[in-house]
Amino acid sequence: MSVTTLSSPVLAQRQPSWLVRLFDYKPFLIAMCLAPALGLLAVFLTYPLGLGIWLAFTDTTIGRKGVFVGLENFQYLLTDPLWWNAVFYSVVYTGIATFGKFALGFWLAMLLNNHFPFKSLLRAIILMPWIVPTVLSALAFWWIYDPQFSIISYLLVDVLHWRTTNIDFLGSPWPARFSLIAANIWRGIPFVAISLLAGLQTISPSLYEAAMLDGASAWQRFRYITFPMMMPILAIVMTFSIIFTFTDFQLVYAITRGGPGNSTHLLATLAFQRGIAGGELGEGAAIAVSMIPFLVFATLFSYFGLARRKWQQGESND
Amino acid sequence: MTDTAAQPAAVATAAPDTMSWDSGLRRLMMIYLPLGCFVLILLFPFYWMAITSFKPNAELMNYKEHNPFWISSPTLAHIKHLLFDTAYPRWLWTTMLVAVGSTTLSLIASTLAAYAIERLRFRGSPYVGLGIYLAYLVPPSILFIPLATVVVQFGLFDSPLALILVYPTFLVPFCTWLLIGYFKSIPYELEECALVDGATRLQILRRITLPLAVPGLISAGIFSFTLSWNEFIYALAFIQSGANKTVPVAILTELVTGDVYQWGALMAGSLLGSLPVAIFYSLFVDYYVSSLTGAVKE
Repeated sequence: MSVTTLSSPVLAQRQPSWLVRLFDYKPFLIAMCLAPALGLLAVFLTYPLGLGIWLAFTDTTIGRKGVFVGLENFQYLLTDPLWWNAVFYSVVYTGIATFGKFALGFWLAMLLNNHFPFKSLLRAIILMPWIVPTVLSALAFWWIYDPQFSIISYLLVDVLHWRTTNIDFLGSPWPARFSLIAANIWRGIPFVAISLLAGLQTISPSLYEAAMLDGASAWQRFRYITFPMMMPILAIVMTFSIIFTFTDFQLVYAITRGGPGNSTHLLATLAFQRGIAGGELGEGAAIAVSMIPFLVFATLFSYFGLARRKWQQGESND
Repeated sequence: MTDTAAQPAAVATAAPDTMSWDSGLRRLMMIYLPLGCFVLILLFPFYWMAITSFKPNAELMNYKEHNPFWISSPTLAHIKHLLFDTAYPRWLWTTMLVAVGSTTLSLIASTLAAYAIERLRFRGSPYVGLGIYLAYLVPPSILFIPLATVVVQFGLFDSPLALILVYPTFLVPFCTWLLIGYFKSIPYELEECALVDGATRLQILRRITLPLAVPGLISAGIFSFTLSWNEFIYALAFIQSGANKTVPVAILTELVTGDVYQWGALMAGSLLGSLPVAIFYSLFVDYYVSSLTGAVKE
C-alpha cells in the first residue's frame, strides 16, 4: 500500500515535463555536461594546435593566406644562427633555472617543515612572488638591474666597497642571461617550496625515528628516506617546472626583449618576434612547433616518474 | 660497529647542558638565519617596487644624498599621474572584467565536466579525464600564433571577449582536475539516497554535490582569477588598441616610452596592478595553498 502512495505522486510530477525527463536521461546529461569544457578546449586548444602545426609547413604571413611549402621553414631555421642561439639559451635557461629552483626550493621546504611560530603566515608571504603578475615583478627586476641606479650595484660599490664600478647587468650577453635566470629562479622558488612541503608532510615521522635508532646521520636520513620518498612528487613538480620554464616568455620579453644583440632570446620570444611582431606567421609557428620535441621529452619524464611511484607502492605492499 | 654506536651515546651523556645550548644556537643558524635570508630576498623586489612608487624623481636618481632604502619626502605624484593622465583605470577595469569573465566561464564548464567524469561514470570517462589533464601540458607559447589567426577569423581581434574565451584553455584543465579530486571525496552514498528519493541528476548536482564542494570551487576560482590576472602572452598578441589592454600588457607597452624610463610611474603601476590579486589571494590563502598542493599530490 505504501508503495502505491509513494509512486503515484512521483509519476504525476514527472509526467508533464518532458524536459526534466530529457535532462535525467544519462547519455544526454553526460553530453550536456561535457559539452562546454570539451567545446572550449576543442575550438581554442586542439584546433589551434593542429592549425599551428599546419602553419609551420606554409609560408603564411599576416593578411596573406600561405601555400604549403613542406619543410622549407624548418630547413631555414636549421641554417639560422638566431634559432640555434635561442635553442642554446632555452636549454641553458631551463637547465640552470630548474636546478636553482629545486635546490633552493627543496631547502626552503625543509626549513618550513620545522615547527616555529607564525608558520602559516610565513607560508602565505613566501608565495607572493608566485601570485604577483610575472610582468610586474619582472619590471621591478628591470629597475633593480638598471645600469646606473641598480640597488645591487649601490650595495656592492657604495655600502660594502667590494667593487669600484657598477655592474652592467643587462648590457652584455652573459650577465644579461644570468640576470634573467636569477629572476626566473626568484619567481619559481615559492611554487617548488610549497609543493614539496606538501610532499614532506606526508612522510611518516616513524621512518626517521627508526633510522635514528639505527644510528643514521642527518645526511643518511636525507639521502635514504627524504629523497626517495620525495621522488614521485619531485618528478611531477619538475616536469611542470621544466615545461613552463622552457616555454617562458614574460620575463624575457619584459626585461630584455631578447637583447642585447639577440643573445637572450628564448624560443617563445623568438617565435613572437618573427610571428606576431614581424608578421611571418608560418616561420613563427615553425619556431613554436620546434619546442614540441623538448616538451614531449619532459612529459615522458613525468610519465616514468609516475610509473615509478606505482611500482614503489606495489613493492611496499608486498 | 659497536664503536660507532657507543660514541654518540657517550657524548650525549657527557655534556647534557652544553647540548641544549648548542641545539638552540644550531637551530638559529640552521633554520632561522637561512629562513630570514629567503624571506628577505623573496620580498625585497616588492619592497623596492613599493618604495620607488612613492619617491620623488629627485630622490630616485640621487643615491649620494638620499639613502635609497628609505624615502625622505614621500609623494603621491606617480600614482596621481597614473590615475589621471593615463588610461590606467580603464586597464584595471578591463583586466578585472576579463579575469572575472573567464573565471566564471571556466568554473561552470569545469564543474559540469568534473561532475560528468567523476559522478556520471560512463565508458571511457577516465580517458576524457586524461585528455583534459594532457591539455594542461600544452603551454600558451606554442598556441598563441595559430590562436591569433583563429581569433581574427572569429572577428574577435582586439576585443576583451577573445581573452575571456581563450583563457579557459589553461583554466579548465586545472579546475576540472582539482574538482574531480574534490568530488571524489564526497561520499557517493549521499547521491544514492537522493536518487532513491526520486531526485533528478541535476537536482543532485545543485542541492547535494555543489554545496559540499564549495571549498573546491573557491580554490578553483581563486586559482583561475590569479592566473587570468597574470596572463600576458595572449593579451599581448590579441589586443592592439591602448584602451582594451590588460594591466600587465599596458604597463609594458604604453608606459615604457622613450629612452628615459619613468621608474616611479612604472613601479606605481606595477604596485597597483599587483594589489588586487594580492588582496584577493590574502583573503583565501588557505584555499590557494590547498589547491596548489592538492593538485600536485593528486
